[in-house]
Amino acid sequence: MPKRFMSIWFRYLRTDRFVRRQPDLLSIPFVLSSPDHGRVVVTAVNVLAQQQGIDNGMAVADARAIIPSLKVFDDSPDLSIKLLTGIAEWCIRFSPVVAIDPPDGLLLDVTGCAHLWKGEKKYLEEIKKRFIHFGYDVRIAIADTIGSAWAIARFGQNNFIIKSGEQTTALLPLPPSCLRIDSVIVERLEKLGLRQISNFISMPRPSLRRRFGKELLQKLDKASGHEEETIIPVIPVEPYYERLPSLEPIVTATGIEIALQRLLDALCKRLAHEEKGIRGAIFKCYRIDGKMEKIEIGTNRPTCNTKHLFKLFEIKIDSIEPALGIELFTLDALKVEELPITQEELWKNHCGLDNINLSELLDRISGKIGAGKIHRYVPDEHYWPERSFKLALSIDEPLQTTWKMDRPRPLQLLSKPEAIDVTAPIPDYPPMNFRYKGKLHKIRKADGPERIQQEWWLQQGQHRDYYAVEDEEGHRYWLFRLGHYDAAKSYQWFIHGFFA
Amino acid sequence: MITSKADIIAQLQKEILPLQGFKTLSKNGGNDVGLGPIKNAFPNADFPLGAVHEFLSTSAEDATATTGFVSGILSSLMKKGGASIWIGASRTIFPPALKSFDIAPDKIIFIELKKEKEMLWAMEEALKCDGLAAVIGEIKELSFTDSRRLQLAVEQSHVTGFVLRNNPRSINTTACITRWNITSITSELANEMPGVGFPRWKVDLLKVRNGKPGSWQMEWVAGKFRHIPAISIVVPVQQKKTG
Repeated sequence: MPKRFMSIWFRYLRTDRFVRRQPDLLSIPFVLSSPDHGRVVVTAVNVLAQQQGIDNGMAVADARAIIPSLKVFDDSPDLSIKLLTGIAEWCIRFSPVVAIDPPDGLLLDVTGCAHLWKGEKKYLEEIKKRFIHFGYDVRIAIADTIGSAWAIARFGQNNFIIKSGEQTTALLPLPPSCLRIDSVIVERLEKLGLRQISNFISMPRPSLRRRFGKELLQKLDKASGHEEETIIPVIPVEPYYERLPSLEPIVTATGIEIALQRLLDALCKRLAHEEKGIRGAIFKCYRIDGKMEKIEIGTNRPTCNTKHLFKLFEIKIDSIEPALGIELFTLDALKVEELPITQEELWKNHCGLDNINLSELLDRISGKIGAGKIHRYVPDEHYWPERSFKLALSIDEPLQTTWKMDRPRPLQLLSKPEAIDVTAPIPDYPPMNFRYKGKLHKIRKADGPERIQQEWWLQQGQHRDYYAVEDEEGHRYWLFRLGHYDAAKSYQWFIHGFFA
Repeated sequence: MITSKADIIAQLQKEILPLQGFKTLSKNGGNDVGLGPIKNAFPNADFPLGAVHEFLSTSAEDATATTGFVSGILSSLMKKGGASIWIGASRTIFPPALKSFDIAPDKIIFIELKKEKEMLWAMEEALKCDGLAAVIGEIKELSFTDSRRLQLAVEQSHVTGFVLRNNPRSINTTACITRWNITSITSELANEMPGVGFPRWKVDLLKVRNGKPGSWQMEWVAGKFRHIPAISIVVPVQQKKTG
């Protein structure tokens, strides 16, 4: 059975879409424009504007000179691809194999489809009617090859359905530009007076190749069916969504759990097959009284582990209010990511941060208590103690710098330094004793000072002179004096931490 | 006859120990965490891993000393590349300081929870997770039931848990395998040099199931515990070697 292809050409794809959005644009001339090399150029024209002589590539200023009341809208470069993809997905109702043909066409493999509409003529009429109803100006052709269908759709005169095997004859009266060839070659052909395909199709192939290159022959072969051409069909993404209606309304937690388990099993099976994992999912319960209950979960890593996902949902099942009963359950994966292929575990003892059990544990904790309570710290390049570490953004954030351990640091750091009273003998000597929380500590041993300057590009303030001290009971503290010794006593002593 | 009886008793004792929560995790040798003579206090001279340990302290200073001692044990537990979880009411640990205890601070996940109930739940869940080196919980009040739940959680996973109780309202009986009290004592530097020395603690093992409680003086020097003989007069020649 010979293949049949359909080519749909949208003559005013983008402007028709604007009219669809704003119907009052139908009766006025307008253009779409985008900046190009410092000037604004017309990129799409509607019928009315075209009739007045405005064409693509014209500067908007020139177009305004022709029609002073011309409306100009901004064009976006990926608009036509987006539009075509949308239309192509809609076209799957006519043929399972639909491909987009940028910038303004669609290609359908309609082999064995037309009889469902009682013949190709009715089939074509039906499609055309639907598009005109939407407001798109289309030209459609059906032929044995992609190339000839494309050519007939754009350059054909009256017969748009080319019977099987007659495509070469149909092409004969058409101009060479119908072959989808480079405009340079078209120009060269026209210069030689070859204005129709019939003028050069019977010429010896070696001489055609020598004069016009390989491309012309290739396109000619494709149009006449001597060479096979394939299309890449549009495959719509099926949403990751499962639903489960129940015969009897469900009112018990056990029932909800069973429903959830079934939905998860079905969804995870599909995800595992496609090597994808859930990052976020929502479980919805539609009640008899028309209300909807939902619970939502998120995970740290993509996963399709049913057990783990079930545990995450399980924590929240209590919050579902079944009332008179739930008649429909749906599970929707909001965020799906590629699942990194897991290696078989070689060492059972392996227990780093990338451990699956750990990330599942953190999911559970953040699901119950909130993700804001879980922290991991990485070093930061600052000497100022409060800034020497920072929160890691993710569990596997790599270290930008190493942990410094050249200076002694206290194991416990007070979140805010606390002021203390100090007796110090002479400037820059460690204090003799200090009073903290009403208790006098006599200092027996001390190390320091270690001066840490305020980072002026981040914060203004005085420097700190740190001392590590030990009192007579063996407790070790980290004290500092803020600022220099001076007669005005503008300095202040603080306790900032405890050593082990 | 007598020897065979002693053998039988020893054999039975060996069988009872795992039932009581003492497990030898590594197949060859014991669970050495570098505690030196303290390990003789435990049955089989094995530091009990896969169990929950309880640490008491009464002041911020002692809490820090306890943290230091636990960090020392944690460092040998995390040597194998494991991660641990630290649960507390608010983070007071200064992460960069953990580096001096040979721990990669970025391998610790801190969970800050306000409610005791949430803390206990998180601790129990964490202890059930067999991917961890250790779980540390700064939980003030631990009832007997709670401690039993924690102990049950570690039975399966073999994760070691440390409960740090600072200023508990009452010191009740718990199902924890040991109870410790760590206080800091005056440090000493070799040759009576001035300055603050290495962290030094008085380690009191108040309770240990089937073991011998005792008291030791320990010091953390160059990434290792060092036992200081009870008579605190240290022979200077020895100090030179280590210092």
